[in-house]
Amino acid sequence: MQELINIFVKSIFIDNMIFAYFLGMCSYLAVSKTVKTSTGLGIAVIFVLGITVPVNYLINEYMLSPGALTWLGPAFAEVDLSFLTFIMFIAVIASMVQLVEMVIEKFSPALYNSLGIFLPLIAVNCAILGGSLFMQEREYRSLAEATSFGLGSGVGWFLAIVGIAAIREKIKYSNVPPALRGLGITFIITGLMGIAFMMFMGIKL
Amino acid sequence: MRSDKKDKEPLFSAGNRKLITTPLGRENPITVQVLGICSALAVTAKLEPSVVMALSVIFVMGVGNVVVSLLRKTIAPRIRIIVQLVVIATLVILVDEFLKAFAYDVSKQLSVFVGLIITNCIIMGRFEAFAMSHKVWPSFLDGIGNAWGYGWILIVVGFFRELLGSGTLWNYPIMEKLGLYSIGYEDNGMMILPPMALITVGVIIWVQRYRMRDLIEEN
Repeated sequence: MQELINIFVKSIFIDNMIFAYFLGMCSYLAVSKTVKTSTGLGIAVIFVLGITVPVNYLINEYMLSPGALTWLGPAFAEVDLSFLTFIMFIAVIASMVQLVEMVIEKFSPALYNSLGIFLPLIAVNCAILGGSLFMQEREYRSLAEATSFGLGSGVGWFLAIVGIAAIREKIKYSNVPPALRGLGITFIITGLMGIAFMMFMGIKL
Repeated sequence: MRSDKKDKEPLFSAGNRKLITTPLGRENPITVQVLGICSALAVTAKLEPSVVMALSVIFVMGVGNVVVSLLRKTIAPRIRIIVQLVVIATLVILVDEFLKAFAYDVSKQLSVFVGLIITNCIIMGRFEAFAMSHKVWPSFLDGIGNAWGYGWILIVVGFFRELLGSGTLWNYPIMEKLGLYSIGYEDNGMMILPPMALITVGVIIWVQRYRMRDLIEEN
């Protein structure tokens, strides 16, 4: 249990998707103009990461990694399909996003309306594919660990985008040098936020 | 393919040359179109991985644009995203296997970011905006141009971060050879840390917009 909490906290603060790995920057920069829309996108990312990372964990464990196909019979013990990783992961993500979208639309129209166009956009958000690839690279040992990593990364991304949106709402009233307005100052603020997040480095539960 | 067509003049007409040159400045994918930042910044702590990343993206975009442009009449609009993703993913697998075989150290440094070329928005963006509606040769130039526009930003950021952060260039200890350490110069370790990539790009954007006034945004 402690290990799970450790992974969760670590992926929120220390290995933050935005500040440590710059994943999902495109939508982070494009959608962070107001707090309201960025909250919607943030929640959608938590949701999708929390689902795709465990699903890709199972796929990696039982299909792709070397020797993963042993459960089909001893003849398959030698098969190594790991070169198919990228195609499998991106296909899983695209179809999971579609599936999640349909399920939400059916069971919770209110949530569906508030997430709106963000869900389909998420299929090409690098944070999602990045989450699955990091999951594979760091070799998490169980489904629970992978899930905790997925959810934690999502929450970290959510915190980052809501934070920058709040700052951008306020910065409208300040006198930024003309050439830095908009994109430039957003980059620099993100860098400063990243430096602030670095104080969490090395913390272990 | 390029060499046997080079001698025909119209292939490098003014319009075609523009396809290559505008993405370097006025239409730069990173600083103006804000595409493909995701995989761009994390690899720039050193010059070598930045250059490898830039070359990989140039390969994927050049070939990818050609393939999509060749297929453009046969792809049904409803399934085009999946088809494009498959084209990109196939090319990225080629790059990944190639790096693993011939440049293993760099491949380890780039870790998941080679895979993340798949979700690099520049590539999807150019497929959608250009290759789906243009002939093969202009698509090829457009792909190369945009990837190079992305690449040179990467290389500039990598250059400054490695030079100021670890005092080396392409692992050559340039600051030490210049004798700067003996007169009290010290490396700024901050430059290697991830946040400084963002700030460096912010400064590049600042310089660019200062020189191209029409790009300045409303507050």
